[in-house]
Amino acid sequence: QVSELVQFLLVKDQKKIPIKRADMLKNVIREYRDAYSEIVNKAGKTLQEVFGLQLVEIDSKRHTYILINNLPCAEGKYLCRDEEKEKMGLLLIILSFIFMKGNSVKDSALWEFLHLLRVYPGRQHQVFGDVRKLVTEEFVRQKYLEITPIPLTDPQEFKYQWGPRAEKEISKKDVLNAVAKIQGKDPTFWSSQYSEAEATR
Amino acid sequence: NTVMAAQMTDAHRRFLQVLMSNGITEGSEARKLHQHCCETDKVYYAHDKLDDFISTINSHLQPLFMQIRKGISEDDGRAHYAVVNLAETEVTKMASDYTEMELELFRKTMDLIILSENGFASSTDILNLADQLKTRKMKKKEAEQVLKVFVEDKWLSEKNGEYTLHTRCIIEMEQYILSNYQDVARKCNICHSLAIQSQVCESCGIGMHLPCVRKYFRGQAEPRCPKCNEFWYCDTP
Repeated sequence: QVSELVQFLLVKDQKKIPIKRADMLKNVIREYRDAYSEIVNKAGKTLQEVFGLQLVEIDSKRHTYILINNLPCAEGKYLCRDEEKEKMGLLLIILSFIFMKGNSVKDSALWEFLHLLRVYPGRQHQVFGDVRKLVTEEFVRQKYLEITPIPLTDPQEFKYQWGPRAEKEISKKDVLNAVAKIQGKDPTFWSSQYSEAEATR
Repeated sequence: NTVMAAQMTDAHRRFLQVLMSNGITEGSEARKLHQHCCETDKVYYAHDKLDDFISTINSHLQPLFMQIRKGISEDDGRAHYAVVNLAETEVTKMASDYTEMELELFRKTMDLIILSENGFASSTDILNLADQLKTRKMKKKEAEQVLKVFVEDKWLSEKNGEYTLHTRCIIEMEQYILSNYQDVARKCNICHSLAIQSQVCESCGIGMHLPCVRKYFRGQAEPRCPKCNEFWYCDTP
């Protein structure tokens, strides 16, 4: 059962779609329901030991899980295919922007920022294609971004924040250091971001 | 000379993660990756110890019914590595990525390729198959798009409008093919692995991989069949 669950989780996670407990029970654990937590624990240990992946529950109400990469970050060269690398690049820029702006930005602010990088929501981008879809659908589905409507706004406005996968996979310290490097300043220049970065991990 | 189940280090885990996300990794790339992983995770590195490195990972993958397997490309004879699922009974690895209809097209294409003389199926023949699927008829444009995806995902490879199985597919599905196409699937007379693209002896019918043929006939004045000794009529590659 454990090996079946491990494979199930690997396949599901390949697509970066969060895994629901219900799916695990139905497809893999089936009649061994009583041993559910034991099987899941063992699978988690195996994933860590053999693959360096950590099974993390991101929603304790709806019992959804993701696998995050537990290996210390290496230079990106071998990490993923080119297309993935480019998407990750864009994602990191967006996440940095959100973090430096105090962890939450309005959609208008984000798209204005992306304009500066010649990335426009209405136009097909050479590399990213439909950027609006990538940011508002794919990154959200993968739990890298969280987009929530701001109440009492007309026309409807949205706020963008880090999603649970970003919180777990990406180090705020690394983000701050990168921004500091680009701007030629010391990370402590941004005191609230600095203390937040030190506090997480 | 058994390798004791050595400990997995982060270098092993990193190597495995990259191999899995690549789908298939060519030999020299794998060696570079081995070095990169050992350097990144500060693990002892010896350039000729790739096989041992992989054995360590495999000893931990064994209880999960997975293995890193090495296969030889039928085109250039180069080694490639892929992570395969040993418990696979069908094209289950693909099952989560494609629709029922696409899988049916793939299975039928695989039939055509394996049953063919030279290991290739023409795009015309495949498009005809698409028109006769049980799930529902697939239009020409749709089928062309699906074939493109199969090539991108490295299940098929395309040459001059004809399709054969990609090295990745052969590594991953060798057991499946040998057991499900027992009477038809050819094994190379030299290396005894599954042969999809092959040259066949006109007299006795044995088959050989093109790279294997090349190696075997190197330095021989006259190419002759290793089994029946008749003159080998195919062009030696």
